[in-house]
Amino acid sequence: MTGDALAELSNNLLYSAMVVYAVAMYCYTAELAFGSPRRRKAVEPQVRELAAVGTTPAYVDESASGVDAPEADASDEAREARASRLGRVAVSLTVLAFALHLGSIVARGVSAGRPPWGNMFEFSVTGALAVTGVFLLLLTRKDVRYLGTFVVLPVLLTLGLAVAVFYTESAQLVPALKSVWLVIHVTAAIIASGILTIGFAQSICYLVQEKRERVPAESRQPSFMDRLPAAAVLDRSAYKMHAFAYPIWTFAVIAGAIWAENAWGRYWGWDPKETWAFITWMVYTAYLHARATAGWKGRKAAYLACLGYATFLFNYLVVNIWLVGFHSYAGVG
Amino acid sequence: MVDQTLTSAPARDVPPEPRPPALKPLELARWAWRQLTSMRTALVLLFLLALAAVPGSLVPQRSVDAARAAQFAAENPTLATWYDRLSLFSVYSSPWFAATYLLLFVSLVGCVLPRSRAHLAASLARPPKAPRNLGRLPVHATTTTNRTPEDAIADARSALKARRFRVDVVDGALSAEKGYLRETGNLVFHLSLVLLLVAVALGHLLGYKANVLVVEGSAFSNTVSAYDTWTPGPLADESSMAPFTVELDDLKVRYQESGQQRGAPRDFRATVRYTASPDAEEKSYVLRVNHPLKVDGVKVFLLGNGYAPVFTVRDKAGEVVSSGPVPFLPRDGNNTSTGVVKVPGTSPQLGFEGVFLPTAVLDPQAGPISVYPDLRLPRAVLTAFTGDLGVDDGTPQSVYSLDKRGMTQVTGTNGRNLVQSLGPGATMTLPSGETLTFDGVRLWTSLQVSRDPGVTPALGAAVLALAGLMLSLFVRRRRVWVRATAGDDGRTLVEVAGLARTEAEGGEGLTDEVRELTEEMSVDR
Repeated sequence: MTGDALAELSNNLLYSAMVVYAVAMYCYTAELAFGSPRRRKAVEPQVRELAAVGTTPAYVDESASGVDAPEADASDEAREARASRLGRVAVSLTVLAFALHLGSIVARGVSAGRPPWGNMFEFSVTGALAVTGVFLLLLTRKDVRYLGTFVVLPVLLTLGLAVAVFYTESAQLVPALKSVWLVIHVTAAIIASGILTIGFAQSICYLVQEKRERVPAESRQPSFMDRLPAAAVLDRSAYKMHAFAYPIWTFAVIAGAIWAENAWGRYWGWDPKETWAFITWMVYTAYLHARATAGWKGRKAAYLACLGYATFLFNYLVVNIWLVGFHSYAGVG
Repeated sequence: MVDQTLTSAPARDVPPEPRPPALKPLELARWAWRQLTSMRTALVLLFLLALAAVPGSLVPQRSVDAARAAQFAAENPTLATWYDRLSLFSVYSSPWFAATYLLLFVSLVGCVLPRSRAHLAASLARPPKAPRNLGRLPVHATTTTNRTPEDAIADARSALKARRFRVDVVDGALSAEKGYLRETGNLVFHLSLVLLLVAVALGHLLGYKANVLVVEGSAFSNTVSAYDTWTPGPLADESSMAPFTVELDDLKVRYQESGQQRGAPRDFRATVRYTASPDAEEKSYVLRVNHPLKVDGVKVFLLGNGYAPVFTVRDKAGEVVSSGPVPFLPRDGNNTSTGVVKVPGTSPQLGFEGVFLPTAVLDPQAGPISVYPDLRLPRAVLTAFTGDLGVDDGTPQSVYSLDKRGMTQVTGTNGRNLVQSLGPGATMTLPSGETLTFDGVRLWTSLQVSRDPGVTPALGAAVLALAGLMLSLFVRRRRVWVRATAGDDGRTLVEVAGLARTEAEGGEGLTDEVRELTEEMSVDR
């Protein structure tokens, strides 16, 4: 297959992935909207397993707060079964979309004869893949299906932006990008951004849930938010995501510095891209510290996490396109 | 500063209540120190540093792009005065930026040193005694076994030791703790950042950076006088610079030939010969982007490139008065380049100004422009000036522009300004009889030569910081207690309890550990 045919295949695979993502998103949303609002499986503490060994478990479960499942009636159960089936379909579709998406990136890489991380279009497409990848990986360990809508929506938006605005033909790289550090630095940055996106989604969910939980349980309006875990659980999951992404982001910055030293003769030069990577790092550093500081836990820390994500987005969208610097690889003309 | 449960003095988070009598200087100093090293101050400083870095990415910085900064200042003179007063053209070396990060580092050291002491003490101490009521701990389980209480404790001890817990038996109860590396990592991370700052400062003080433009076939040596720009660190020693020489043999640039990105550079290869010292053997190296030449702790990087058309100027008698390549500066992506030829050896002196076009096209609107960056149809379009170049009084002058104050433009026989487009080999003759021949084109490259003795220490500090960070985030610190008591039925009651000491742990891993241990203890012997 020639390079051009492969490039076309890559584009077609990407369009197909977008369609499948869109259908998956509807399914996730439908599960949230039509399922029984009383489902709170994710909250159930694993500590209960202690009972299995025939001991007398005595535990304090800090995570289980909020509504206790009332006696579910038959119609509620049928409704729940339908919703849950939709949720499982959504996950299968996400897996399919991920495969198509991955195939598109591989085809693009083969057609250009290089790692496909050389311009805004390619960063966006691969970044979106990282978000889905992290989400699917997380699904194998935790019940985070509730996040589906909040994950697939940004993935679709990113891909839409990539296809409509950033699209660049498959071509060779500018000389500065021809380095093994392209793989190391950009991969780390993309993986970190995938995890941070999930963490950001959880922080937003936390902020909404936390506000909701301030109303006494009995006077709350039923909402799809009832299907999400309790605020404390969301907060902790978000923290785990951020704590996991933070060293990867740190590594990406260090790898970038090593590369910059090789390519431009200085490891740190306050190029706008470097500056904003630093700002993002500082804000997430503040987030990690805030969670350990009296008076800053909870909402304020979550706001910092959101701010961190905003600086990341700024670096990605505004700096790449509008600010002049050494990192002008956007290829958006 | 990373995790909550290990934060040292709780007093730090509680500002002392204001007392009616004024504080004595020492008390005031202590109060100020506590404020500075508190987590809240650290948090504010972290945030401030992030904020302080922002303007430098929006206002052109002299250290990053001096030309853009100068252009901005020329276009906005009033604003520029204010920017200058606020150090906005050099944010990252400004007093207020330095103040922010230095305060942050003082706060960091003030927080980390007492914690290092505390951690050292904790590392030497035994795990704390078992609480009286193990049932009150977050993770707790009981089982029975036919082992004696002593045997049960001994078995639990070896089981926990095998899991690399630190164990201690006090009053028949077992205490175990694990995950000290978490705090070690946390401290290493923070102290490595101090090391990193020192390494950066070291490189800045002792290093130097220089730029030089080299045309194919010419050479330069590592001396201050050979360089076009020279930026030494405050403590750089000019007398002991590595005595190497580099000669550029040949530069090859390849461009994208088709498609949307047509004309984008794809490869730069500069073949150089260099000698590390006057009596050393000559070596050859292919200099590429991402592959700098390393000589004696100094690195030579490929920065940019352009064309240097070769001109020969003859006087009225046909004698050569000037000959050689003249670097022209590229102005756009297709290498439309501008430059001047100065001929001080004629009387009156001659100056030529013009553009060099690697692939020339005469555009009806834009005039002569280049449509492709590589040499496909090279043309030099020149106009001539006569008079005084202004170079004789020794005032330094740009080699890329003419000082036209003492010069008049040469007009052709038709009375209009003389403008001529020359292909390789073509000659332009002035009405006064002098000639300029466009002999051919060579390439030039601009090189950056830099020495930064801080690079290796900075990398070491960064790697250390990353390692510390991973330990501090991923090692779980937890305690486990086991108590065994003889029951009435002749069996032994074993209580196992655990306490996670790390935030956001959720006790999941610990729950598994406690369960596994309980299962092991429930087996009858």
